[in-house]
Amino acid sequence: MTALLTFQDVAKSFTLHLRGGVVLPVVGDVSLAVEPGECVVLGGPSGAGKSSLLKMAYGNYRCDAGAIRIRDGDAVIDVVRADPRVMLSLRARVIAYVSQFLRVIPRVPALDVVEAAGREGGLDAATAQARAKDLLARLNLPERLWGLPPATFSGGEQQRVNIARGLIADRPLLLLDEPTASLDAQNRAVVAELVREKLKGGAGVLGIFHDSEMRDAVATRVVDVTRFAPPARAA
Amino acid sequence: MSEPLLQVRGLTKRYGARLACADVSFDLVPGEVLAVVGESGSGKSTLLSLIATELAPDAGTVSYRMRDGDLRDLAGLSEAGRRALMRTEWGFVRQDAAQGLRMAVSAGGNVGERLMGMGERHYGRIRAQALDWLGRVEIAADRIDDPPTRFSGGMRQRLQIARNLVTGPRLVLMDEPTSGLDVSVQARLLDLIRRLSAELGLAVIIVTHDLAVARLLSHRIVVMRAGRVIETGLTDQVLDDPAQAYTQLLVSSVLAA
Repeated sequence: MTALLTFQDVAKSFTLHLRGGVVLPVVGDVSLAVEPGECVVLGGPSGAGKSSLLKMAYGNYRCDAGAIRIRDGDAVIDVVRADPRVMLSLRARVIAYVSQFLRVIPRVPALDVVEAAGREGGLDAATAQARAKDLLARLNLPERLWGLPPATFSGGEQQRVNIARGLIADRPLLLLDEPTASLDAQNRAVVAELVREKLKGGAGVLGIFHDSEMRDAVATRVVDVTRFAPPARAA
Repeated sequence: MSEPLLQVRGLTKRYGARLACADVSFDLVPGEVLAVVGESGSGKSTLLSLIATELAPDAGTVSYRMRDGDLRDLAGLSEAGRRALMRTEWGFVRQDAAQGLRMAVSAGGNVGERLMGMGERHYGRIRAQALDWLGRVEIAADRIDDPPTRFSGGMRQRLQIARNLVTGPRLVLMDEPTSGLDVSVQARLLDLIRRLSAELGLAVIIVTHDLAVARLLSHRIVVMRAGRVIETGLTDQVLDDPAQAYTQLLVSSVLAA
């Protein structure tokens, strides 16, 4: 069985053209794999490149070197070299990405945001609607908020909409970037339970959780990203 | 993967010594939303006019997959054939609604006209479809007999969208459809465009200088400068990890796109 996600010798830096072309190395020699049913948690101080690794796997950031392979049914796709349309199709069917921040079109009600994510992830309209309601209820988002656009919600409420949106469809690879940062203990426990259900269903997770309770509740393995520190550059 | 609906190859246009559009090539597949961004004068509106065959290129081709599956060079179509295509299978939503609408004709007439252009003659059916589309773009039914001169900017843009979509086009070109509108009105229009393009599986080319609009609506993005495409790719990748100096400048010059 091939891993769901494999980083092989990946390196990433940013070149700041507006700052005289200064190069900021982010990570180097990254190799790691996520198998079905596994929750690999990235550890290390902030600035070590944890979020960048998730963004690279999602195709949101480019890579300078190496390969990031994602299993798509019987095929394996290298995200680093994938055509944008292949990447979009992978995002629709295979990769779910949940960040700390909800970015949506203004004016769209929370329930619609979550339902639409379900339909984009391949669910039929009825299933998307049922699951959206179920998820928002499980995440304790008061029903009176469902018909309102999330722009006016608190940080924690927005985050729960974001989690519902990310988890509604049946994608086998979850990239979770601090999805519980502004949640209280009760809701963190709900998210942990949702993640464990996904793992039981054969999904794999690559995640960042600063909260140790959350990490202990879901992690099968912790990878310290300081070991991917880029080689020091000559000045 | 689906075959391209539109194929642009080597499009080039000069105004005297100035290159307005230099060797631009891309494909668009059904259902895909492509944003073309750049500052004013970057050639993005010229590119749109070339694609719509409103301008003749100095070099290059625009090919479109006809309903019969044939990819045809638009330059090889007769003038009448091109017009028919633009009236039925293509839409063009203009920045200035006065250019995309007939300002002296009622809202219903504006929507009905494109249907009549397709050969529909039954008044009741035309009016019913016009009403349906006014509803879909959130224009109240009792405004059907008002001319767009009595509409607000946002309503005019929504009416343009209804007029363009009533014929069931497969490709819609949009030139800065939300600029000049209040922010709240913009949001409503963006939501509408996104919903309709997804529901109808439209291919869309949207020209905008607003990176936030590009991010919300488009799958892929093309960054133009001085007539050339300098960067292209997944919209969020180009905006979040721009490779070119000019794209980095564009992205860093806006407040939270």
